[in-house]
Amino acid sequence: MIPVAKEVGSLRAIAAGGIVSPTGNADLAPEKEKEYRRELVMRALKTLQEEV
Amino acid sequence: MSEKVRVIHYLNQFFAQIGGEDKADVAPGAKDGPFGPGLALQKALGENAEVVATILCGDNYFAEHEAQAIETLCGHIAQRNADLLVAGPAFESGRYGVACGAICQAAQERLGIQVVAGMDRENAGADLYRKSIYIVDSGASIAKTAAVLQQMAALGLKLVRHETIGRPNLEGYLSRGVKRNEIAAKPPAERAVDMLLAKLRGAPFQSEIAAPKFAANKPAAPLRDLKAATIALVTDGGLVIEGNPEKIEPGRPTRYTSIPIQGVESLAADRYDAVHSGYDTALANQDPNRLVPLDTLRELEREHAIAKVHEFIHSTGGAHAAVENATIIGQSIAEKLQAAGVTGVILTST
Repeated sequence: MIPVAKEVGSLRAIAAGGIVSPTGNADLAPEKEKEYRRELVMRALKTLQEEV
Repeated sequence: MSEKVRVIHYLNQFFAQIGGEDKADVAPGAKDGPFGPGLALQKALGENAEVVATILCGDNYFAEHEAQAIETLCGHIAQRNADLLVAGPAFESGRYGVACGAICQAAQERLGIQVVAGMDRENAGADLYRKSIYIVDSGASIAKTAAVLQQMAALGLKLVRHETIGRPNLEGYLSRGVKRNEIAAKPPAERAVDMLLAKLRGAPFQSEIAAPKFAANKPAAPLRDLKAATIALVTDGGLVIEGNPEKIEPGRPTRYTSIPIQGVESLAADRYDAVHSGYDTALANQDPNRLVPLDTLRELEREHAIAKVHEFIHSTGGAHAAVENATIIGQSIAEKLQAAGVTGVILTST
């Protein structure tokens, strides 16, 4: 959905865990899933600090 | 034998040749027969119709005494037994356009006569009145008066004769937001392929649905000093308090909810739900942190990587959101976040 986000003007958009689970991944074991979520959130925070 | 259609023409003080801005406060009046651009209107109407009178009003008078002006002008119209009121064209003149729209709507409602106004599509009167009356798109150029009056006359006569009115771009009027079913000559698949082939060839084609235009956003400046920042979580994935007490819509949202999360370290499955008609909410319901990463953000808050997590999660169900509603919701959320000193937002979308 990134192209859609960009088209409507959302300039900072990162691909996440998929439509049904944006900040999750049910295929991973719980601790791994938390790591995955943390990595995503860190990437999001990094993007907020970048110039667009 | 049918009688001539009786037409009344509405003009402002300028087109009625009384004066310019200096005469914009002239009170409503009437003259017999066509006047000024009314002569071109009579020509456009042909022999089966007659401009029996011209009614006029100063633009400022109309703006400042609308009810009075309408009362007086409707009186003139009723007196002359008119079948059709033609107002303008007002082109880009805002007060004139609004007056044309207002007098046409009033005449239509109170006297039950047919009406046609003319003005540029950007005229203030256009958006106000296009749904209730027919407004011919005159464009901005007064040089086109004769051609515009032709369109207004033709449309007016069709209305009087109760003939079927065709599509806006065919008859020259501003779209009224009316949908009508039609049987097309070709099935949609063929029309779609024709359009695509034309596009590939670089030939002109007409989209059947207008693509929405989105305003270009100016990006926010990069977030400085993450450690001092208050970060908010927002979602269009339909996060709600268990049981959806505010009855947030699963789709076509018109509202959003602001979920208080003071003291909440993680989104527990039995306290929160995901309500959204556009995706399978099973995984989000199992663990709502998969939809809105509160647990992670709280970790970062404890580690002082960020200063604070904003105390509300603003949420709506974004399925089939009308652009207008989505914009209103987004702006409202943004206002709240700004007022609260939030400097960064993570919005999760499904």
